[in-house]
Amino acid sequence: MNTHSELIELTIDGQKVSVPAGTTIMEAAETLGIHIPRLCYHPDLSLMGSCRVCIVDVKEMGFYMASCAVAVWPGMEVQTNSPQIRQARRDIVELLLENHPMDCQCCERDGNCELQRLAYTLGVRERLFAGERKRFAKETSGASVIRDSERCILCGRCTRVCAEVQGVHNLSQHGRGFQTVVTPAYGAAMDDSVCIQCGQCINVCPVASFLEKDHTDRVWKALDDGNLHVVVQVAPSIRAAIAEGFGHPPGTPATGRTVTALRRLGFQAVFDTDFGADLTIIEESTEFLKRLERGGPLPIITSCSPGWINFLEKFYPDLIPLASTCRSPMGMTSALAKTYYARKLGIDPAKVFMVAVMPCVAKKYESERPEHRAPEGFPYTDAVLTTRELIMMIKSYGIDFDQLPDGEFDAPLGIASGAGDIFGTTGGVMEATLRTAAEKLAGAPVGQLEFHEVRAVSGLKEALFELGDRTIRVGVANGLVNARTLLDKVARGEKEFHIIEIMACPGGCIGGGGQPYPVTGHLVLDPELLARRAQALYTIDQAKTLRRSHENRAVQQLYAEFLGEAGGPLAHELLHTHYSPKSPRGVR
Amino acid sequence: MSRFQPTNACQRQAIDESRATLPADIVDYIQKVEGQPHPESQLISVLHKIQRHYGYLDRAHMDAVAHLLGVPAAKVSGVATFYHFFRLTPRGKYVISVCMGTACYVKGADKVLEKIREELGIDFGETTRDGLFSLEEARCLGTCGLAPVLMINDEVHAKVSPDKVPALLERYAAQP
Repeated sequence: MNTHSELIELTIDGQKVSVPAGTTIMEAAETLGIHIPRLCYHPDLSLMGSCRVCIVDVKEMGFYMASCAVAVWPGMEVQTNSPQIRQARRDIVELLLENHPMDCQCCERDGNCELQRLAYTLGVRERLFAGERKRFAKETSGASVIRDSERCILCGRCTRVCAEVQGVHNLSQHGRGFQTVVTPAYGAAMDDSVCIQCGQCINVCPVASFLEKDHTDRVWKALDDGNLHVVVQVAPSIRAAIAEGFGHPPGTPATGRTVTALRRLGFQAVFDTDFGADLTIIEESTEFLKRLERGGPLPIITSCSPGWINFLEKFYPDLIPLASTCRSPMGMTSALAKTYYARKLGIDPAKVFMVAVMPCVAKKYESERPEHRAPEGFPYTDAVLTTRELIMMIKSYGIDFDQLPDGEFDAPLGIASGAGDIFGTTGGVMEATLRTAAEKLAGAPVGQLEFHEVRAVSGLKEALFELGDRTIRVGVANGLVNARTLLDKVARGEKEFHIIEIMACPGGCIGGGGQPYPVTGHLVLDPELLARRAQALYTIDQAKTLRRSHENRAVQQLYAEFLGEAGGPLAHELLHTHYSPKSPRGVR
Repeated sequence: MSRFQPTNACQRQAIDESRATLPADIVDYIQKVEGQPHPESQLISVLHKIQRHYGYLDRAHMDAVAHLLGVPAAKVSGVATFYHFFRLTPRGKYVISVCMGTACYVKGADKVLEKIREELGIDFGETTRDGLFSLEEARCLGTCGLAPVLMINDEVHAKVSPDKVPALLERYAAQP
């Protein structure tokens, strides 16, 4: 439609403004620096217009209009503020509050709840409407995601993100009126549904209707248990986001402070999941080169993202043979902590308690999968904390994060290359793979370190590389709607890829379902927020001298003294896994 | 929402199973609308047909509809629970619809209802354990002169009073 190039003139609060046709009142107001209060609206999701908080007065219409959902027209006269409009908005929010538990002080989102913030900003200072409140039981059976529908304000962001960003379509509003509730099909429990546990519903929820399964209790208990040797590993994307939880702008790197904070909490060793990432590169490159020699199956698809693995098992079970059999970097680090590391220190592996700090809620589910248990029966990973949970623990312990000196990860599972750091952002695994595979394919050192062609900030990228005498076609996708585009090409045999990287969450792990709720002025899914977190990782990578996984001495030593050869029998037992089709009904 | 194309054997199998789950005429109907734009907009009419056939919507039916129409199952069950018309449990042999419209209510429909509840031990939307009776609420049957009115399947019963209820139910229960 070329009407969009047309400019439309209108008046907002007495100021004249020209905007392209198709612009909404809300967007037009923003060009004038007018921020209309809103709740269900999200710029990266479809329009819903369900909350009515963003109403404005449009002269010539006899009623208030939702500014997020109405496109401007020529000569429109909009009033965003008047005592009546402010009163109406306040009434709308008060009515939402009356059907919402008033337990802010005990709520996980106290202090970063959008409804709470809105009520404060709009001047809700007393309760005017008393009435019946909806009652729903909490659904806490899920390994990763729990649902508390009593808190739900029916803004529909979760259903939209699940369908439009992840292509999973697991959530929908059920019932009507007072009984309306957001659930998977047939009101099923999250783990019985097609949910892939990515946790984006938690991220976009303005209240606390979706939350991660809490693991802090078991971690506090372990830290207090003198019989356990409690160790922790930190995923790459944590260092790029954790500072936001302490009021810093997005993109503030905080590797050293995170390490020190974890030591103060009482962890006996602080490991870096980047070590597992380096190892993933060695194992995955070996697997890739073997498949390349044998003539397939190709492409090899990365397996670090547990949300993606869930998606694979549920939606593309036929493509399971293409996925790398590598455990995730978390899985590898945990397996080695309870074998290699425990043996080195002469500790009983059953007494090692491994906590993983992850940007991800699907990792909680991954940690409980039977495939990730030791032959002795114990899980390799005992608890998974999201970035948010770790922030809460640090605050709860009384640690002043800003005052902390920088700490260093513990050897050997804490020594890692910059290639491991960039695993946390989209295209990072691909870039790290190329740094190693390029050299192996070319048979000589390759100078190139940065492969900007695979940094899929747009969600989807394809690139061709001349490596040695071969042309390698790679694809990178983040957000599972984008992954679908790529996978359908593979399934239909349209294009022959060699390597595909898929991350379930938008932007990769930096946009994971367990990352901090954005600070004021930023929105979850916001490309700028994600770009800043990604930049923090690239900065960390650039500052390192060790930037290729296969040059990591600690990894080399691990193979030499423990694992044997890459892709060998012990490596297979400890570092690889398998997947199985899971076909719940109702998969779209 | 674009038409879902099965890209793998598991999905194709699910579609075959779905075809086997639904009555042939409904599968035919879905196939007919498949070629048209927005086949998902046929969701409600397909659910209507299933309910007409079985008397209610079973989870297996809804799953099959999801697969064949390419609509997420969550959407299907969302729509099915939104409209009062759709039933998610099988109905009894006799469906009692008690009119709760203004005229019937004023004439004591609530007391008639109370008696039925007491006799059968079920509430609106429920079915007796023996599968004989279901209880439903009706909003004005258009025969206010006969208030309070109730229907049992297709038969209208006029000027019902609580004391007439036991004999009425007995009569139906005794039918072969």
